Amino acid sequence: MEIVELQLKAAQIRKDLLTIIHRAKTGHTGGSLSNTDILTALYYRVMNIDPDHPQDENRDRFVLSKGHSVESLWSILADRGFFAKEELLTYSQFGTRLIGHPNNKVPGIEMNTGALGHGLAVSVGMALAAKRFGKKYRTYCLMGDGEQAEGSVWEGAMAGAHYKLDNLIGIIDRNRLQISGPTDEVMGLEPLEEKWASFGWHVVSIDGNDMQELVQTFEAVPQVADKPTLVMANTVKGKGVSFAENVAHWHHHVPNDAEWEKALSELDSSIEKLKREGQVC
Amino acid sequence: MNTIANRQVICETLLNLAKDDQDIMVLASDSRGSAAMAPFANEFPNQFVEVGIAEQNIVGISAGLAHSGKKPFVTSPACFLSMRSIEQIKVDVAYSATNVKLIGISGGVSYGALGMSHHSVQDIAVARAIPGLSVILPADRHETKRMTEALVNHVGGVYVRIGRNPVEDVYESGDYEFLIGKAVTMREGTDITIIAAGETVRVALDAHEALKEAGISCRVLNMHTIKPLDEEAIVKAAKETGAIITVEEHSVLGGLGAAVAEVVVQHQPVPMRILGIPDEPAIAGKTPEVFKHYGISADNLKRVALQLLGQ
Ligand SMILES: Cc1ncc(C[n+]2csc(CCOP(=O)(O)OP(=O)(O)O)c2C)c(N)n1
Repeated sequence: MEIVELQLKAAQIRKDLLTIIHRAKTGHTGGSLSNTDILTALYYRVMNIDPDHPQDENRDRFVLSKGHSVESLWSILADRGFFAKEELLTYSQFGTRLIGHPNNKVPGIEMNTGALGHGLAVSVGMALAAKRFGKKYRTYCLMGDGEQAEGSVWEGAMAGAHYKLDNLIGIIDRNRLQISGPTDEVMGLEPLEEKWASFGWHVVSIDGNDMQELVQTFEAVPQVADKPTLVMANTVKGKGVSFAENVAHWHHHVPNDAEWEKALSELDSSIEKLKREGQVC
Repeated sequence: MNTIANRQVICETLLNLAKDDQDIMVLASDSRGSAAMAPFANEFPNQFVEVGIAEQNIVGISAGLAHSGKKPFVTSPACFLSMRSIEQIKVDVAYSATNVKLIGISGGVSYGALGMSHHSVQDIAVARAIPGLSVILPADRHETKRMTEALVNHVGGVYVRIGRNPVEDVYESGDYEFLIGKAVTMREGTDITIIAAGETVRVALDAHEALKEAGISCRVLNMHTIKPLDEEAIVKAAKETGAIITVEEHSVLGGLGAAVAEVVVQHQPVPMRILGIPDEPAIAGKTPEVFKHYGISADNLKRVALQLLGQ
């Protein structure tokens, strides 16, 4: 997919995720919106995956370590055909497979997550298996910045570098907010990039809501031999919905009817704008 | 209908007591909102510690504070607090005998559709296996208030589990004495005993009424302290009523039912049934939907009681 198409897709995914959250009256709105562009770049362009063969041994692996923002992932997996789109309507309903965190009973989900600080270690295991046994796939692991306070993240970081996993890509959704407020007020992280670099990772810092930069960065990995890559994706929590952007309480706030309609109309305007500009170039 | 959640009651009670007791400290792990502790954090910033999303760290830091003469109350989601940091609880709290109060919030299946990572239905089993750690599940706002006051004065490691939403009252007022380790007889009865803890006490009381209509006299025990367990009350119930049912918002493995059964088989064997969440990842849904699905209801308790009594 070309950049404009990816941008259009991301806007559509934002509409879908807001709709399932609004309908279910539960969900993690802010973090799902901040990582929609990252997931869109991976699932529609970068990763080698096939909805018809979700268990193909050469597929790229993706682990959503910040499992609470699963609504963007459910929307994308449905759109990519891993399961029927109608099933999205069961999100968070009684007896559903599409619960509020990744659930590997659903095709396309590699690992069950939800407790923060687990994803990187399992990703190290996946990347290590590929490296040791000559498989070509890559492993992508998306973490939150608040999540960095879990010590297990750093145990995984250490192991990833120790085993020279240049097939492992850690991504931090650096939206600078967690539940209780700004991440640096809750538990200081700076200098975060230097920390990862000092743990032996190659660190790239980008605008995580810029599709062009995302695609270029992911496609250029590995940039350094024998080192895992950490993509510091600087994002905006609540991205794409004016009144939710950079507002901590939208972490798990659910849009009411009026907010939902306003959000959809804002996204529709950005879709119109992208279409106009897309035709120009 | 009561509209105050137990987590709010804990915050209010600690807020009151902290005015005169600078040793009371509250800790949160990006959980001050879910623990309803924001008012405490605002009022007593010097007695509040934010550790970020780090449940092992929060328990270790609390043990250090307790070692330095403080009375730390750790408030964090029950699922992570009880299991992620269980080794810190074992070594830094229980083994080292530090005076830490661990308040597990949104326990049981309160986080219904968030799935097994967020359900806390093994916490009682692991907590009660740790020597020296007390385990308490308060039933309503009155009991939660009394319990919080008792905890401030109690020296020793305690794991408390509460739910998320307001629960219906089971006591008419807070005008009773809360004793750690002493069950409360909520209803007298002679044919059978239902033992419950936490939010299932309400279900047991409703079952008492349903059984009364069927002519059965059912005793209801509120076993708010699962450890140390009130063995005397259990043996007495077994002797006097001849049959026991337990009901809990926890796996049927290793929880209240198991604790009661250990006493019953060794001291006064009588027919018994254990109701709770079966040994599977609990189905997604809201708490009432999940309870209904697994038969944690007055109707089902009545059915099981009649069966047990051969009727
Ligand atoms: C081990 C663990 N502790 C606590 C939580 C509860 N929790 C869910 S989301 C969240 C905040 C996450 O913040 P961040 O990692 O910055 O994610 P984002 O802002 O991108 O949503 C917390 C504390 C959890 N899911 N897992």
